[in-house]
Amino acid sequence: MSVPPVAGARETPVANPLFEYLLRLGDDRLVLGHRMSEWCGHGPILEEDIAMANIALDLVGQGSSLLQLAGVTEGAGRDEDALAYFRGEPEFRNAQLVELPKGDFAFTMVRQFLFDAYSVLQLDALQKSTFAPLAGLASKALKEDSYHLRHSSDWVLRLGDGTAESHARAQAALDELWRFTGELFESDAVDEAVRDNGIVVDQAAIQSRWQQVVADVTRRATLTLPPAGASASGGRRGRHTEFLGHMLAEMQIVARSHPGAKW
Amino acid sequence: MADTQLPLWEVFTQAGHGAPHEHAGSVHAADAEQAMQNARDVYARRGEAVSLWVVPSSAIIASAPGDAGPFFDPGNDKAYRHPQFYKVPRGVRVF
Amino acid sequence: MEPLPTPPIPADDPALVAAFEARIAAGESIEPKDWMPERYRRQLTRMMSQHAHSEVVGMLPEGNWITRAPSLRRKMCLIAKVQDEAGHGLYIYCGTETLGVDRHDLVQQLLDGTAKYSSIFNYPTLTWADIGCIGWLVDGAAIVNQTVLAKASYGPYARAMVRICKEENFHKRQGYEIVATLANGTPAQKAMVQDALNRWWWPSLMMFGPSDAESPNSAELLKWRVKRKTNDELRQRFVNLTVPQAQAVGLSFPDPDLRYDAASEDWKFGAIDWDEFFAVIKGNGPCNHERLAARRKAHDDGLWVREAAAAYAAKHLARTTEAA
Repeated sequence: MSVPPVAGARETPVANPLFEYLLRLGDDRLVLGHRMSEWCGHGPILEEDIAMANIALDLVGQGSSLLQLAGVTEGAGRDEDALAYFRGEPEFRNAQLVELPKGDFAFTMVRQFLFDAYSVLQLDALQKSTFAPLAGLASKALKEDSYHLRHSSDWVLRLGDGTAESHARAQAALDELWRFTGELFESDAVDEAVRDNGIVVDQAAIQSRWQQVVADVTRRATLTLPPAGASASGGRRGRHTEFLGHMLAEMQIVARSHPGAKW
Repeated sequence: MADTQLPLWEVFTQAGHGAPHEHAGSVHAADAEQAMQNARDVYARRGEAVSLWVVPSSAIIASAPGDAGPFFDPGNDKAYRHPQFYKVPRGVRVF
Repeated sequence: MEPLPTPPIPADDPALVAAFEARIAAGESIEPKDWMPERYRRQLTRMMSQHAHSEVVGMLPEGNWITRAPSLRRKMCLIAKVQDEAGHGLYIYCGTETLGVDRHDLVQQLLDGTAKYSSIFNYPTLTWADIGCIGWLVDGAAIVNQTVLAKASYGPYARAMVRICKEENFHKRQGYEIVATLANGTPAQKAMVQDALNRWWWPSLMMFGPSDAESPNSAELLKWRVKRKTNDELRQRFVNLTVPQAQAVGLSFPDPDLRYDAASEDWKFGAIDWDEFFAVIKGNGPCNHERLAARRKAHDDGLWVREAAAAYAAKHLARTTEAA
């Protein structure tokens, strides 16, 4: 998918594409993990509280490792905490899909499913990267995300084919989230440039396989895929929804109130 | 539909390959697949298991405490079922 | 503590009671299908469900800081810890269910306010240092309690406690690590952790419950070996363990009467304000309303999810059966 035109967006040469690329991978997981962790203590049943905490832990852990690697790649002395807590929202590189507020349980699980299906394909490709540290992280994360996909796709089936209310909520979530999925498959100068590092993720191929998975699960869940339409975009270049700023304000408040402190 | 906490399942974990499955506890779940996933998240989140069984609690048939006498006492005086019952000449290693 | 209103208890056969108490005295473990006095069953149900509720409500004050944890490592440790509280609530609810009650009914009792939970969770978590103090003091107190409960006469309770004690060791360590880091940190961090200790110290001592002389359930629970130590014994053990840990990192206690007694080798502490304890138990603590409101909201918001899971399972089973 090509990048749709966004006001003010212009392709500028990227100084350190590998760093940018790792931020994208890391921020997707950190931000989604943070959103998932907001459920902790508020889930629909005790068992699901535990399951959602596991997913949040996996994602924050992946985000942390990827940001650490990004910091090393950048070579400016920033570690994962410096990157997580002392960047402003224009410096975050996650897709907008993952920053949206958690919504109800249907919104959270449908979003998780859409992301998991994407992440599993992406990580599978990244396992073969010639950049060994990334290949290693991808291989570990793939095991985690494969389980997440099993969990979230089961919930999409249960909600879609459960009761009239759960069906309506799942369908509403899918309708609302759909326009945020296109951004996952954008390809730009950063993706081009990291091919030199053997990071060859064919976004178009991933997209078509992702569409098959999503079509299959939603069909079995008796949900209707929304028609293709305008797609949200901008997260990869630091243009976010209004929601990310509030999330980061909360996430970063303690760390930023005590500059230089150790925790 | 009356609200419930969903049916109860018993969870058995195998700590290592070759070890027996042992009762770890229970989970609530709507169906077998969810019971398996919940068992994984609850009883194997520290890597305690290499294999899981889940069984609907209602399917467990347990012996009754009242049966204890007839069921288990007769096994107590059958010394010939234990190797110590058999005499071996001094100094010989049988196994 | 106010006894819960309970229906009259049928009289038990004295011969069975005598045999039961002989088993307890011999150190035997009581299992779900064994005969037990109705009082024993009810006391256990009450105590275990209160314990389970405490774990679940206990997720809230700590969960309050997950989204603001000041480093990614701390964030992960805290999520893992709060997740463990959910797990521990789950283990103990399952243990309680072996006594013939349904978790749905237990949850209802929590939500409608007829069941109690530990008073400590009705205090607010106001700064990041509270997360350290909860792990250090609240989990520290819980471990002292639970190590003894792991030898309780009821098998399912004891087994749940063994598993929980194993897992909770990390909770206390992560709490103390936070406290020690802050105590050795910037002046602002040090002030933050001292303030947190000042607020959490007395409520932590109250966690062990009223003095045994005033604890209506203690004698019976001790006789049946559901409890193995008195509230006061456990409280003293906790104080003796904790005081040197605070001294090691240069923190002080909000108790002018705290002093070491060489004769008994105990740290003697001042008088506990039991009026405060009973006020919190009766629902007038700083966060009683917020805690129950949060649990009710999660339960109510989750209703359609539980219904969907049940409906899907029923449909699926029907389809599988038709196909067979």
